[in-house]
Amino acid sequence: MQATNGGRGGLSVRNVSKRYDPKGTMLAVDNCSVEIAPGELHVVVGPSGCGKTTLLNAIAGFHSISSGEIYLDHELLCGPGKPQATPGADRVVVFQNGALFPWKTVLENITYGPVIQKRMTKTEARDRARQKMAEAGLSGLEDSYPGELSSGMARRVEIVRALVNEPKVLLLDEPFRGMDNLTKSIMHESLLEIYDRNQVTIFFITHDIEEAIFLGSRISVMTTRPGRIKESIDVDIPRPRDYRVLTSDDFRGLMIRVIDAVHDEAQKAFEAGEREMA
Amino acid sequence: MPSLGEIFREWTARKPSFGISIFTNEYYWHIWVSVRRVLIAFSLALGLGVPLGLLMGWNRKFRDYTFPLFELLRPIPILAWVPLAILMFRSEEGPVVYLTFLSSFFATALNTLLGVQSIDRDLFRAAHCLGSKPRDVFRHIVIPGAMPYIFIGLQIAMGVAWFSLVAGEMIAGRFGLGYLVNSAYTTVRYPTIVIAMFTLGFVGWLSSALIRLVGDRLMQYRARVISAG
Amino acid sequence: MTTDGETVVQQSHQIVTAAQPLATVTTGTTGSPGAPMPPSASAPSARTRRVRTAGRTSVVRGTIGTVVFVGLWQVATSLNAWTGISPPVVAHLPSPSSVVQAFNHLVGNRGFWESAYLSSVRVMWGFIAAMVIGIPFGLLMAVSRTAKAICFPVFELLRPIPPLAWVPAAIIFWPTAELSITFVTFLGAFFTVVINTVGGAEQIDRRYVLAARSMGADKSTLFRRVLLPATLPSIATGAVVGMGITWQVVVAAEMISGGGQGAATGGGGLGFLIWNSYLGGAIPQVVVGMICLGIAGYLSSSLVRAASTKLMPWKMTV
Repeated sequence: MQATNGGRGGLSVRNVSKRYDPKGTMLAVDNCSVEIAPGELHVVVGPSGCGKTTLLNAIAGFHSISSGEIYLDHELLCGPGKPQATPGADRVVVFQNGALFPWKTVLENITYGPVIQKRMTKTEARDRARQKMAEAGLSGLEDSYPGELSSGMARRVEIVRALVNEPKVLLLDEPFRGMDNLTKSIMHESLLEIYDRNQVTIFFITHDIEEAIFLGSRISVMTTRPGRIKESIDVDIPRPRDYRVLTSDDFRGLMIRVIDAVHDEAQKAFEAGEREMA
Repeated sequence: MPSLGEIFREWTARKPSFGISIFTNEYYWHIWVSVRRVLIAFSLALGLGVPLGLLMGWNRKFRDYTFPLFELLRPIPILAWVPLAILMFRSEEGPVVYLTFLSSFFATALNTLLGVQSIDRDLFRAAHCLGSKPRDVFRHIVIPGAMPYIFIGLQIAMGVAWFSLVAGEMIAGRFGLGYLVNSAYTTVRYPTIVIAMFTLGFVGWLSSALIRLVGDRLMQYRARVISAG
Repeated sequence: MTTDGETVVQQSHQIVTAAQPLATVTTGTTGSPGAPMPPSASAPSARTRRVRTAGRTSVVRGTIGTVVFVGLWQVATSLNAWTGISPPVVAHLPSPSSVVQAFNHLVGNRGFWESAYLSSVRVMWGFIAAMVIGIPFGLLMAVSRTAKAICFPVFELLRPIPPLAWVPAAIIFWPTAELSITFVTFLGAFFTVVINTVGGAEQIDRRYVLAARSMGADKSTLFRRVLLPATLPSIATGAVVGMGITWQVVVAAEMISGGGQGAATGGGGLGFLIWNSYLGGAIPQVVVGMICLGIAGYLSSSLVRAASTKLMPWKMTV
């Protein structure tokens, strides 16, 4: 059963391209188009360096785009005449290497957004934060500093920090990269729990196929640089999903489909000597 | 050269043969004069250097206009400013304090600038996602983020302040530990030279240590990380 | 506002005279930016292209800033003549035009170049001595626990003493004024070089040592092939910072001790030149001396930094 987010958070990416520099011809992202329905958990999967992060950054408003348009709920985020979207609390990002403010406690981190935007008073924000933290199994960490947390906990805190702003879209940039498999599977379950409970569209990028299928409602396969959306695949595995899903026939079938699609791209990327992001 | 034993005895003598020991008022007067100059100069350097560094670090345009000039002035040895300082500040204290201020100022501003630039860019992006306005970013990201480097800069600035102070006092001062070193030399009071030198070392070290302590208190989150291992 | 990953690389000089070692590694340059944090999927050539256009704007702005400064300086010094109003503090400074005149005059003057040469020589000797003595000393303390236990306390006790406080002691101790100036110069850089060397050696990743040992390295190989290269960056920092300190100390020592050997024959170093010009009332000359010292300091630091980059070809960013 998929959350529909009350019709908010539908992303429409149409023919988006991004050139590396204004005068050059090298493209990071070439003519990408993808439609993301409100409340969908959409995963973009592709080899390293293919431009997935560029696409995410364009949606978030950290980069400009060279051509094409991006719409959020039928409103233009960026396009001709407005090459760069404005970053905002309707599209909050969870970063690859974690971006919790090291000098603020967990509670201060989480309450930062609502307080700064003047949507809640400090007390209201704190109550809300505590509630969300309890839901995510993070109670007791309020006065800890990010430096004291394990990476799994820190990432969960970051997700809660994003959610407390009730964004339309949650953008996750390979958030579980570099974690060991055990932590990763816990994080997956945690994320799915959060997804099931909250009304939010999720845009998730990764290079891990198993992760993509386990999490996603729909998957888009991206080619190696310059990145293009090769195909989009529906994941018809019902929710709630747990680890038993991993061995089901449906799952295995999808794996083969996606691997086929990704494999030649991965090969090309390897031959092109792509440097992994550490 | 006198032996260490001689020097120690002189330093602790009730009636020192060369006039300076822990029991003489003159000793503490010289210390106080130097310390006061450093305090004034350092406070000025802090008050001007940190804001300038923050601005240069944060605002690219501002940095483009001002940093080259800053870097052109910085390598000029502090003492080379003495003649101009004497011309600009007709008073007695002015030139010495100015010289001390100048060297601290450069160190402070520079390290503050580096501090801002050391902040992980993702933190800025996260702040923007969470709806921050520039003023919020400045208060919640730039300043706390630059703090570690600012405090390193302040420690360095303190060390440099003492360096410049001594130089200034040797050339253009009356009273003060640097002046004492020089006058002890010219009046052939060798143990006193060493006493003054070590006093300088101690006071310099103490002032840097104090800054480090303040920094550690203000940045508790770092201490906790280390202990959490 | 810094956004979009396009920021100037942090490169600036740092004078380490305080008790805390290392921390930041920085070197001095003006306005040549580069993007320190590469965005996730960017081709190097495209990035350098973007950096170069960004670089040009910075240079233009920097030039404008400096020109404006000189302009204001000229106005401040001429204000009295033009309007009778005298701005505080800066009114008595020599004007840029007089400085330019003095410069033209000095360039043809032999004594000036002799002074420059003399100062440079002192800097060079002091710096070389600091490196030749300081690096082995630092490495010794890093590898030998007994050496460290014996030497480090004394070293740390003497380090906070400002180099110039040593001048009278040096004059008493050394036979010639020249040697005492060089000694004090040496001291200035020595403490920095040693503390950076020791700190760098102690911060080496244990895994390098373990990896080398597991491949059968003995103590001397360990030292030559692991410790030395791994400490090189810190030594380089110490060298660059030490070079900066050297100039500071040379000028100060020259001014205080009256020029050393060259004073009588004309020359005596740039510090002496400045002081002498001041005493003689030739203030624009003072400013010329200052500017030359600034340039000399900047050039020598850049030289040291360039040399250290050459020695560390594996480092992509300094």
